[in-house]
Amino acid sequence: MSTRTLAPAVRRRPRRRSPAVTALLHAICILIGLAIIVPIIYGALGGFKDNGQLANTPFGLPHPWVPSNYTDILASSSFWRQLGNSLLIAIATTVLVVGVSAMAAFVFARFAFRGREFFFTLFAMGLMFPFAVAILPLFILLRTTGLLGNPLGVILPQAAFGLPITIIVLRGFFREIPHEIEEAATVDGCTPFGFFWKILLPMARPALATVSVLAIVASWNNFLLPLVVFNEPSWWTLPLGVQQFQGQYASDTARILAYVVLAMIPALALYSVAERQLIGGLTAGATKG
Amino acid sequence: MSGPPATRTRTAVAPARAPRPRRSAGARQGRGWPTIAVFMAPALILFVAVVIGPILLAAYTSLFKWNGFGGLPKDFIGLDNFRRLIDDDVFIGDLWRGLILILLSVFVQLPVALGLALLLNQKIRGRAVYRVMFFAPYVLSEVITAVLFTMVLSPEVGLANNVLEKVGLGSLATEWLSDPATVLYAVFVVITWKYFGFYMILFLAARQSIPNELTEAASVDGADAWRTFRHVTLPLLGPTIRIAVFLSVIGTIQLFDAVWVLTGGGPVNASETMAITMFQYGFRRYEVGYASAISMAMFLISLVFALLYQRFVLRRDMEGAITVVRTTRA
Repeated sequence: MSTRTLAPAVRRRPRRRSPAVTALLHAICILIGLAIIVPIIYGALGGFKDNGQLANTPFGLPHPWVPSNYTDILASSSFWRQLGNSLLIAIATTVLVVGVSAMAAFVFARFAFRGREFFFTLFAMGLMFPFAVAILPLFILLRTTGLLGNPLGVILPQAAFGLPITIIVLRGFFREIPHEIEEAATVDGCTPFGFFWKILLPMARPALATVSVLAIVASWNNFLLPLVVFNEPSWWTLPLGVQQFQGQYASDTARILAYVVLAMIPALALYSVAERQLIGGLTAGATKG
Repeated sequence: MSGPPATRTRTAVAPARAPRPRRSAGARQGRGWPTIAVFMAPALILFVAVVIGPILLAAYTSLFKWNGFGGLPKDFIGLDNFRRLIDDDVFIGDLWRGLILILLSVFVQLPVALGLALLLNQKIRGRAVYRVMFFAPYVLSEVITAVLFTMVLSPEVGLANNVLEKVGLGSLATEWLSDPATVLYAVFVVITWKYFGFYMILFLAARQSIPNELTEAASVDGADAWRTFRHVTLPLLGPTIRIAVFLSVIGTIQLFDAVWVLTGGGPVNASETMAITMFQYGFRRYEVGYASAISMAMFLISLVFALLYQRFVLRRDMEGAITVVRTTRA
């Protein structure tokens, strides 16, 4: 407490920084910012050029503007289909992994039983193993069970590999909810399931949002699994579609740029609305340590 | 950390001596094994069937010569696949290239991310905008990033060579992705473009959780900026840095998407990774037994690294590492 009362006086001491240093800091930030944004703008503008323009003036503004690369893609059914597939798979994965993880995390957080630490460690260890390790046997397994070409063949493994982080984050959050609340609910005749469903989950909404955003982003960006599971274009997701499009129009650079830029938009849109959940989820664990 | 919930603050109903107050409370219902089993079963079944099962299956099939078709493999060859692995120049090359990428990540990418995090911790105008911008590439998939950079690095229409010519360094322009001498570094630049923002955000969050009093106190005591950083900030960032290194290594071991799209591992294997080699054998050449052995090698390398790292480096800050690892390059 004593440090608290002292703190403001010390903290408010203004830092002196010479204008030269400030300028340098800004210069660094602007340089890095350019490194991020110039490739994206190059892609977006390139999509409005034809290939001749792109070869002659990769830098400048399109002259004339050629919107057909974008409009062709937006008019094609395959782009929208891939968008829909990505969305469906991301949502199904997220619902499954968050639902199943919440149940397990509830038990890990609020029940005492023999073997709890063992099972928890088992799940946690899942994080240390690269997904690529499992892709080949997973493929064999999915082929044996007839799930190749089936969206479940992507959804189930994605959900399974998402379990560890989701369980760990949710367990941490569930632990924070005071036991008095559970006591009161129990006294009022609430079963564990009733407490979980009617009290714990509604209270844990921010944590559920966080893990959901993580699951959506992971699913949205997954490439290796859809690559081996979906042979038929009808189930391709956006990353798969982008990669195949690149192969198909190898020499039509402008068209590929347009496709890439359009494929970026949903992810950037999600980032703009869920930045807080995403960053919160990613940093929650690391800073706790 | 806090103790298990069962022994944490309970109301005074239970006698204080009881190690398991829950039992002695008696009135609780539905907290026995059936409830636990019902809540745990879905996650456990999914995890065992889809995560542990395949890893065991890979361990089994790595002992066979198998083209991947027709039931389970029959042509048992013991450890021959692993012997072949040790003599496989491509695989040994994968290990070297993996090591180079890991060293570059740890000694270039992470320090850059740390520097930027400290920079954005300063009071400078527009830092919120910079932060949002620097992190943005992380939400783009590796595939999209890689396709974009295939164009950026392309020798004819590419941005990179044009920029070099504009600033008078035209002599440096090269075919980045088709020259064995540059391709691995080009791959590194692309994955750095995507991932540095993630590490920056981790470091920034860690830096902001350090009370300003500590650094202020150091400067009041006469420490200059460097000594304050070296002796106050850096040690306090230690746990996060160790976790970042861990994530970076595990992520690099399984690097696939970006390389597959940028180069497919070429030219002449110059950018091939273990995951690419595994994919080539397993899904292109139908040498599934051998590809399983590569999978097992990746698994064992990750496992040994994780155990050693946990034992000697992370010690108690493991929980954080676990919490973020899956999200980085899933």
